Amino acid sequence: MKADPKGVLTGEHYLDGDHACSEGALAAGCRFLAGYPITPSTEVAERVAERFPYVGGIFIQMEDEMASMAAVIGAAWGGVKSMTVTSGPGFSLMMENIGLAAMMEAPCVVINVQRGGPSTGLPTLPGQADMMQARWGSHGDYEIIALSPNSPQECFEVVIKAFNLSEKYRVPVLVMADECVGHMTEKVVIPKAEEIELYPRRYTKLPPSEYLPFKPGPDMIPEMVKAGDGYKIHITGLTHDQKGYPVMNWETQEKLVRRLVDKIRLHADELVDIEEIEMKDAEVVIFSYGISSRVSIPALQKARKEGIKVGLLRPIIVWPFPEKKIRELASKVKALVVVEMNYGQMFYEVERCAGGKAKTLLVPHGGGWVHDPEDILKAIKEALK
Amino acid sequence: MKATEIMEPPVTEEMDHPMENILRMDRIPHIWCSTCGIGTALTSFAEALKKITTPLEKVCVVSGIGCSGRSAGYIKLDSFHSTHGRAIPFATGLKLANPELKVVVISGDGDIVGIGGNHLIHAARRNMDILVLCINNFVYAMTGGQVAATTPLTANTSTSPYGNFEQPFSLPHLAASCGAVYVARWTCLHVRRLARSIEEAMNKKGFSFIEIIAPCSTIYARRNRLGTGLDLMKFYHDNSVIKHGADTRELDIEFQKKIIVGKFIDRERPTFLDAYNDWMKQKLKDKFVPHGGPQC
Repeated sequence: MKADPKGVLTGEHYLDGDHACSEGALAAGCRFLAGYPITPSTEVAERVAERFPYVGGIFIQMEDEMASMAAVIGAAWGGVKSMTVTSGPGFSLMMENIGLAAMMEAPCVVINVQRGGPSTGLPTLPGQADMMQARWGSHGDYEIIALSPNSPQECFEVVIKAFNLSEKYRVPVLVMADECVGHMTEKVVIPKAEEIELYPRRYTKLPPSEYLPFKPGPDMIPEMVKAGDGYKIHITGLTHDQKGYPVMNWETQEKLVRRLVDKIRLHADELVDIEEIEMKDAEVVIFSYGISSRVSIPALQKARKEGIKVGLLRPIIVWPFPEKKIRELASKVKALVVVEMNYGQMFYEVERCAGGKAKTLLVPHGGGWVHDPEDILKAIKEALK
Repeated sequence: MKATEIMEPPVTEEMDHPMENILRMDRIPHIWCSTCGIGTALTSFAEALKKITTPLEKVCVVSGIGCSGRSAGYIKLDSFHSTHGRAIPFATGLKLANPELKVVVISGDGDIVGIGGNHLIHAARRNMDILVLCINNFVYAMTGGQVAATTPLTANTSTSPYGNFEQPFSLPHLAASCGAVYVARWTCLHVRRLARSIEEAMNKKGFSFIEIIAPCSTIYARRNRLGTGLDLMKFYHDNSVIKHGADTRELDIEFQKKIIVGKFIDRERPTFLDAYNDWMKQKLKDKFVPHGGPQC
């Protein structure tokens, strides 16, 4: 289906990443945002609060992030595309209900404009240290999808993708931006509504007597209904059978949790979204995402000038991790240099997938400022030794 | 008859359960202990459902975690069993997504007032159009009877083994002072009054709160040597005082003392959504697009 023109601000704009996220959400048909103010993500909510009354959306500033995430799931089951937006401390508070969204298979989007941590850390300065939390933060086994934009234009596009993926796979989708991308202002081109493709909610056509809320379709994903449709569904965070009823035994756990995990893992090949720069002849590959990938470009250019064959691989979908791609690459190139604003998170995934076939090197950074391209260049040279 | 004597059940012909259109019969038997008050509270809820004009497919139940949190699982309506403490914000999202729905939160004191207390006071402040049935058994019963924000002073619990020394909340006073438009308290003995009260609250717009005092004979009563479930009902009979319109400052519950019940607050105030629509219409005039329910 096509986007509703009402929410699409077609044209060329000069926007920061946060505001571009808001426009992406509006274009994607999001009409419910529950959030709690937190730097550096607040501007997303602010713009939505201003725009929603013109498009029939509802913004509510909740009392905390636990409430925000719970309201987002409630709204999803009420039949509205919903999202929340936060940063590190709020992301931590949302974790329990992100697990609930995974368990209830509620389509929804969470934007995390990452700042320096741990704890209150660096509220106004960038970080990329919530990447593993995005993957594993809620208790228990589950899978999510996460994307990482590296420009305001991409913030707009990635948020639409996030909504589409959340509808297609019925999972919470996390947009892992960072303070730099969130607060950098660049040109953002918003296309016409008819050029924006949206994935419709997977509503069932079955009558209530035949419908089972958690009966998987051929692609492992169940069809949905919304509250008030007369299906009298029961939806719980407890381990449940296809009917949605709690069943406390290992067989039900195995069926349900296995499916929650497999519906993403077995579709991992469809969930690859990668940008490649100068990769054809690359002997060393920089693996980087978000703002760090942009800081890596000057290092790449300098290295090329010096005759070093460097390429850059940037995952836009960061979870599920592009395992196959890294495996293939590791047998072709000499080294993988991971540039991220933390002390090693996605690096361990790269190292695991490289399986010793290529050298792996981390260029760490604690956050608060971006990498110095010189440090990246040094690492590239080190990798070739 | 002595309170402790248990009557033989009457011999009846095989018949349908009188509440089977409202209960998920395929989930019965339930997990609650014999003489637990939650089932009684649900019976009153079911009675109220028979009388309201809202079609049942538009009534939703949201629960949190705990004994009372299991309520959503037994009621044949669109029902959601959310996380501990978060039933009210979940219900908020559901209601705002589709204002046509009548959303009822049924959960316990630990869930709504303990871990979820912040959401309770804010939903009352905003006058979110939902009804909260808070079943109060004075302890965290599901986990074995730990001290709660509602445990009366001196009462013994597994984590207040020498008696509780913390001042409990008075739930009607809390809800009323935060702006609830309808506030009542009943015990599980007052089944008809409770059903009428639920019906009245369901027909009311805005944040309504009903505290339901429920016997927990397995844990609370046993630990405090209060006898069986029947003894607790007898206690409610002898010690509850109906006082409609009572000053909510005078509703504290002391250990094994009088319980004031009744309807304390019934007032009008614009709901969150009404206030939003009115305000935006004033500010944005014909450019305002009111939220019109489900959109995907």
